[in-house]
Amino acid sequence: MAQDTVSFAVRRLTDTASAIEIHGDVTAASEDALMDAYSRATDEGARAVLLDFTGLEYMNSGGIGLLVTLLVRANRQKQQLLACGLSDHYRQILELTRLDEAIAIYADADEALAAVSK
Amino acid sequence: MDSQKVSRDEGNWAKPVASLAPSHVPQGALDTVGGKKVLSPIQGFGKMWQKTYRVSLAGTGVSPQQTIAVWKEEFPTFWPKGSQFHAPLTGIAPGEVALLQASLGGGLKLSTGILVIYADEESFTFMTPQGHMFAGWITFSAFEADGETVAQAQVLMRAQDPLTELGLTLGGHRKEDVFWEATLRALARRLGSDVEPETNVVCVERRRQWSRAGNVRHSSAFRSSLHSATSPFRRKTL
Repeated sequence: MAQDTVSFAVRRLTDTASAIEIHGDVTAASEDALMDAYSRATDEGARAVLLDFTGLEYMNSGGIGLLVTLLVRANRQKQQLLACGLSDHYRQILELTRLDEAIAIYADADEALAAVSK
Repeated sequence: MDSQKVSRDEGNWAKPVASLAPSHVPQGALDTVGGKKVLSPIQGFGKMWQKTYRVSLAGTGVSPQQTIAVWKEEFPTFWPKGSQFHAPLTGIAPGEVALLQASLGGGLKLSTGILVIYADEESFTFMTPQGHMFAGWITFSAFEADGETVAQAQVLMRAQDPLTELGLTLGGHRKEDVFWEATLRALARRLGSDVEPETNVVCVERRRQWSRAGNVRHSSAFRSSLHSATSPFRRKTL
């Protein structure tokens, strides 16, 4: 399998929202690290998790499959999955794969938080 | 955010499409996908499954890149008898549409297609359109594990509609497993391995999405069944 060259930093945004900052390459090999980051992001009761793609450098179709798995987990736990920091290219990939219909996309964390707090 | 930065994977992905438009319809193929939208597992109806089919290529000396090159080039030849994959003229490349016929049993054939959404030297991914049996992706990849090359097909899917969900439950899943196991076996034999494929099936989500039940109006399987069932009653024209 490909070497894992990604890091996921968890940042608490509010009492009910956390962000996972993605840096590096997201592939199928990133599954354990991403799921661990999601657990840390929701451990303290966050109901919304923002995936910040600003530091994303590479994603293959295995990475997109991971997002689906994460979305299923979020839905099961009645949590909301959001995205921000996507380049035009990665926005197009979410559009192509129709994940943009299930994951709300925002320009940045402030815009995402404003939408969640409405 | 620097939206102009070119990503390393930029050339590997297809561009978004509103609907499919096959560039070529080979002789013997039926275009039932023109104008159809592609569907991810999110837009499907049934339980969500992740099915992984793997075969070791131990002892063959082929690299993951060589495996994928052969798989792309000779893709139709690895399919079991009774099903046809009409590869795009320009090969398996991002944005290309391929047409296919799959045997459903009982003499029924499903005519559908796929969109190649991703391709690089170590993997390629198909996405299914409206009317296909399932909504989702199939990723074909090769990688090294314990110093040997492994070939893998991984399906992330949901039945598109209630009728197909019923069909999958009543033996369709097993037929699909047999199909991909036969495909991987044929690839392994072509590359010089006599190892048998392994299958791992995980139910990712048990919940059915009843809001997607209306997908049945696009179902090719439903139309094929209806066509066969009503054929004795249709007026013949000379």
